[in-house]
Amino acid sequence: MSIKGKAYIGGIFEHPTRLATDKSLAMIHAEVAKGALEDAGLSKDDVDAYFCAGDAPGLGPMSMADYMGLTKLKHFDSTDVGGSSYVVHVGHACEAIAAGKCKVALITLAGRPRAEGMATGTVPRSRGGSPTPDEPFEFPYGPTVVNMYGMAAMRHMHEFGTTSEQLAWIKVAASHHAQYNEHALLRDVVTVQDVVNSPMISDPLHRMDCCVITDGGGAVIVVAPEIAKSLKRPKVKIIGAAETTKNQMGGAVDLTYTGARYTGPASFAEAGVKPSDIKYASIYDSFTITVLMQLEDLGFCEKGKGGAFVSDGNLISGTGKLPFNTDGGGLCSNHPGNRGGLTKVLEAVRQVRGEAHPKVQVKNCDLALAHGTGGSLGSRHGSGTIILERE
Amino acid sequence: MAEKERKLPASSTSPETEEYWAAAKEGKLLVKKCNGCGKTHHYPRSLCPYCFSDKTVWTTASGKGVIYSYSVMRRAPIPYALAYVTLAEGTTMMTNMVDCDFDKLKCGQPVKVVFKPTDGGGALACFTPA
Repeated sequence: MSIKGKAYIGGIFEHPTRLATDKSLAMIHAEVAKGALEDAGLSKDDVDAYFCAGDAPGLGPMSMADYMGLTKLKHFDSTDVGGSSYVVHVGHACEAIAAGKCKVALITLAGRPRAEGMATGTVPRSRGGSPTPDEPFEFPYGPTVVNMYGMAAMRHMHEFGTTSEQLAWIKVAASHHAQYNEHALLRDVVTVQDVVNSPMISDPLHRMDCCVITDGGGAVIVVAPEIAKSLKRPKVKIIGAAETTKNQMGGAVDLTYTGARYTGPASFAEAGVKPSDIKYASIYDSFTITVLMQLEDLGFCEKGKGGAFVSDGNLISGTGKLPFNTDGGGLCSNHPGNRGGLTKVLEAVRQVRGEAHPKVQVKNCDLALAHGTGGSLGSRHGSGTIILERE
Repeated sequence: MAEKERKLPASSTSPETEEYWAAAKEGKLLVKKCNGCGKTHHYPRSLCPYCFSDKTVWTTASGKGVIYSYSVMRRAPIPYALAYVTLAEGTTMMTNMVDCDFDKLKCGQPVKVVFKPTDGGGALACFTPA
């Protein structure tokens, strides 16, 4: 059984906040849920499935269904694969709808690391509680988010000759888009020189190779075809979805590829389209290197040629061949709760609906892709890809 | 050369891995080898992550290897070099490069093991240029 055409995106909402000192975590989840329901033209009591990940307080669906007053749930899922969770949730919602388990699936994300003063990328964090089996063999060495991605970037440079200047083009493209997003944290257009001259955080990643740390959140509502028909919104059909995990392979460590090497081809096969058909791509951008490696693995360019592919504005809407992250993405706009998968879905939906900012809207954007990577390229991560089509 | 060395926290042990940590204290690097498929793996597991055999045994590694990748964390109170080192035995482990000029590190560089004390009286396998 395929999920192709079995479900649609009915509603979306992105929280405008980037600093939520005045809000609780549960409150942000509820606010984005309300926003997405209003966008769809549905009510809370229409929701019969709920999806959330590790950012939700308490025991995920139990705690949040109670808080939001969701009383009609027939299906729920708290799969947590870091920032990629919400892309994976869209695929899972399609499966549940296709299986007849539910008709209106709500997915929420929220987080407030900025309000909490979290040093997201530069401090090693023990997971606490029951340690993961890898932890004793890694934590003492000081792995952080940035140096783990840094090792992936360093190896890519070593094997393929990728340069800091090439990586910088990814940030440059994101900044070109962010200037039009009134909610973006960083709206200044930057140059390759700005990026490579920004302070080194962990070699070879500079500050501007890193995404922002923000509060906020977002929600997506996935609906059955008969519900989509009844809504007064453009119809965005989900035609392909795939997920996987990638890890250290028992010590056969290979940092040159990501889980997208599987989820790209698998989702394209389900959708019956190829990378060159895609008009717009939301690509997870925790770091510039994340984007580059995912583009290669998804099949937008050959392995090792990502540096050349992203250079010279090729990712900038209106000038490049593959417009990406036209909201400014994680590199410039937001990265709510240090999890960027949900906002990747949101901008892809806006593009397919024709509702992106006019300065970055891709013409005749009938086919878009959203991809998420959660966890670390340097050790273990989850990957999720979805392909969206305008009907 | 980093002027000061970062304090290394102690690792938690479990019945599955206590031999590894006991050997580290004596300056020996152990890796797990599977008598089912012959492959060496890391971090150590009781069941082989390649063939799922339970015939895994501890072997003493030569302590020689090459840097697979590394990253120097500059934004730390005491900068340090995180690395993956591929051991002569074939498996790759996370580690720190120590007692060296971080600016001269390279992927593919030959290295050798050196043990550094941790909090709580343990020892941690780190590497230095060979």
